Amino acid sequence: MNISFLLLIYLVGAFVTYFSGKKLAKTVALITSIIGLICWGSYLPEMINGKTITESYPWIEVMNINLHFYLDGLSYSMLALCSILLPIIISTTKNAQFEKANTLYALVLFMAFAMCGTFLSIDGFVYYIFWELALIPIFFIGLIWGNDEFKVRKKTMITFFIYTFAGSLLMLVAFVYLYMQNGSFDWNTLKQTSLSVKEANWIYLAFFLAYAIKIPVFPFHTWQANTYEKSPAIGTMLLSGIMLKMGLYSILRWQLPLTQGVESHIVKTVIVLCIIGIIYASLIALKQNHIKRLLAYSSMAHVGLIAAGAYTNSIDGTQGAIIQMLAHGFVVVGLFYIAEIIYSRYQTYHLNEMSGIRSQAVKLSSFFLIFVFSSIGLPGTFSFVGEFTLLYSLSTVNLWYAIFAGTTIIIGAYYMLKMFQISMLGAENSRAFADVSTKEFVILSVLVICIIGLGIYPEPIYKLISLTHPIF
Amino acid sequence: MNTLIVLSGVAVLILILELINFRKGIVPLSILGLATGIWATFVEEPFVSTDIYQMVTDNQPSRWFSTLFILLTIGIVALGQDFYKSRSAKLSDFISLKIFVLIGAVCMITFEHMVMFFIGLEILSIALYVLAASVPEKIKSNEAGMKYFLLGSFASGFVLFGIALMYGATSSFYLNEIILNLSNPDIPKWLPIGFAMIVIGMLFKIAAFPFHFWAPDVYQGSPALTTATMSTLAKVAAMATLFKLSLSLQSVMPEIYFNILYILIICTLFVGNIVALKQKNIKRLLAYSGISHAGFMMFTLLTVESSIQDLLYYATAYATAGIAAFAVILYVTENKKEELILHFRGLGKRSPLMAFILTLALLSMAGIPILSGFFAKFFLFKTALSNGFLTLVILGVINSIISIYYYFRVIITMYTFKNDEHQSIELSNSKIYPIIAICFIIINIGIGLFPSYLLELI
Repeated sequence: MNISFLLLIYLVGAFVTYFSGKKLAKTVALITSIIGLICWGSYLPEMINGKTITESYPWIEVMNINLHFYLDGLSYSMLALCSILLPIIISTTKNAQFEKANTLYALVLFMAFAMCGTFLSIDGFVYYIFWELALIPIFFIGLIWGNDEFKVRKKTMITFFIYTFAGSLLMLVAFVYLYMQNGSFDWNTLKQTSLSVKEANWIYLAFFLAYAIKIPVFPFHTWQANTYEKSPAIGTMLLSGIMLKMGLYSILRWQLPLTQGVESHIVKTVIVLCIIGIIYASLIALKQNHIKRLLAYSSMAHVGLIAAGAYTNSIDGTQGAIIQMLAHGFVVVGLFYIAEIIYSRYQTYHLNEMSGIRSQAVKLSSFFLIFVFSSIGLPGTFSFVGEFTLLYSLSTVNLWYAIFAGTTIIIGAYYMLKMFQISMLGAENSRAFADVSTKEFVILSVLVICIIGLGIYPEPIYKLISLTHPIF
Repeated sequence: MNTLIVLSGVAVLILILELINFRKGIVPLSILGLATGIWATFVEEPFVSTDIYQMVTDNQPSRWFSTLFILLTIGIVALGQDFYKSRSAKLSDFISLKIFVLIGAVCMITFEHMVMFFIGLEILSIALYVLAASVPEKIKSNEAGMKYFLLGSFASGFVLFGIALMYGATSSFYLNEIILNLSNPDIPKWLPIGFAMIVIGMLFKIAAFPFHFWAPDVYQGSPALTTATMSTLAKVAAMATLFKLSLSLQSVMPEIYFNILYILIICTLFVGNIVALKQKNIKRLLAYSGISHAGFMMFTLLTVESSIQDLLYYATAYATAGIAAFAVILYVTENKKEELILHFRGLGKRSPLMAFILTLALLSMAGIPILSGFFAKFFLFKTALSNGFLTLVILGVINSIISIYYYFRVIITMYTFKNDEHQSIELSNSKIYPIIAICFIIINIGIGLFPSYLLELI
């Protein structure tokens, strides 16, 4: 089957959702996302046998730009993240929760379309367009349906937009520069460009800036905590679960293969920045009282580790990064969902206003504990596999990197468990707290099954990656 | 040539319609006439320049630019139907003046003889002076007309003097004969001076730094539809003409001219964008953003050999987005004294469609992908990079980033509202504004989705 079919499903789904009216919107969106998931599943037999799928249509012929899609292990794992998480994220919302619900769900599907396009396109120009397209829906989702006062929210979202847009424009300049040399934006051609060391350095840095802002890597992270806090739950999940993986994916797909000749001291600087980010974010997370901000910083620490591993440009680093991207996606969505469940009961995100929830909601706190453990990287969870591989890849480059990056597990354990302790244990709470409903139970169970199942048996993922990724 | 004849015929016919008291037919008939103008552009035998003593040329670029101008005028004229509703007694004057602006623009892009160029420039300018001052009871409109007239006639003087100097140097008014003289080694010094004076006059028309000071005041004071004409049709026409002149004559200029041009482009970009950040009036905001767009279009002057497609593309993208934006502005501010950004509060709730169209138009101007504004900038940057203007491109990119802020300020305002506040916005009940807005935004998105069609035209 054609790969572009998946893109079409989301795009058409977005339009249908918009016109289906307020009441039906969520159902239509959910059905679309499930069709997307089935479509993703239909490629599985081919992918597991180590095949790649390519598809190309001419678009702007004067400039030799084609709609060139390519599916290999890397992009397939990213699509997995998108197509599995999307139905989950959509179903976390409540039916009558939003004004103009049809617009919201249409934007969500449109964003899924853009993100899948980013993962699939290997024509640099088309890739860039999808990359930017993904930004517009999330801007409006945060702006219109976000938390807090409009003025504050407005400032946050516009900072986020300008920040990310600025970074990616420099990536575009890098692409155009490469185009000048080759007369094509195609990944296969660009890979073979022979660049001087100086050119490679500059292009490497231009790409780094775009991705560092998206991921985010220290010191380009200032937009993140505010944006996560102000976005509605659905936006936060999309951002942290899928969208920031666009940056990590692009490191593996574009930045590293295209700039082979880059000098090692620049690579070292970049890795060190990632590691500083890990420690810095962990330390800030210690001090947070707002649960979404805490999760934002913990997320930043985790993706910092992924980025550091990816930048080692080694087999282990790549494998670890892909696995950890998937794991982080599932875990972070689960954690934000639990934060949202607590918010829907207590109308607060502040930790010091919750306590003793466990005595009233045993199931919820069990789920919460599993996500917390998984986030810390306890053996048996999917995250453990990823983090271990990443730290190993760092240690092969320089042992000190691994030691410093490893602090994230120690500090992470401290603040995550403290968060659990304050919110779930502690003094009994006089306010009633209903335990998880059936819907919530199902959603959380699916996430937990993914995390633990793949943690015990990660083989299929390894196979998927190693069969098709060019680095092997 | 046919185009000019048809258009002039339409303009005169409109005036006659008024005499026989057939006001209803003015706008439909003029649209029909303009469409005939497009047809007339293409039925002509190509590449023959024997008409009226070879004063007009006819080639592929001039045809497509003329088509673009006519298309924009169709939009502007159609908007006029409802815009001049309260003053229907003068409808024919306004519409025919708009068509005269178009005639001037077509003269300017098709000229072969310098006199034709000057006549075109004057027809365009004088019609615009009148239109700027066309609300006599408003002091701001009078001010706009006066300012534009005084400064504009000064600029025309420059152009005329430049033409005279060029005649003195080459003893010809014909562009092709002037070009033949350029290779002559003992060419008089005043030829470059003459060309520079023409360039100054044209930079005034496109509102480039440091000749931009009139633009914000004139844009703000003029009636909104005149502002739309000036910022889309007139600007694009002047830019295309300047490009045509530069293409033929620029080789005569010394190195320093290009350095000055380079600095002017950078200043134009920055002045336009930075001053736009703080504007409260949407017409002023678009005036300043238009200045920075002029800066972008001036990129093509540095790379004249290879960038005519880029200019056509940029002009189309910018002008169609401009008309769509102005259609929405007219829709919202019809009965208001001023066109403040504040008036757009809650539009997203009150009229989602119009808010969506203005959002798209502004996103296109900001250069967000899939809308044609992005491709326009992209093609410009690409050509500039391949000619080695790396610094200029990076400054251009920085300016795109700055511009996002003020475009988004308007967009966000539309989606801001306190409870029920949106109920109080008065909107026009016109049907034409939305139709024109939709048509032009579709053109804009269409050329964004299929850019190759437009690029392969020339």
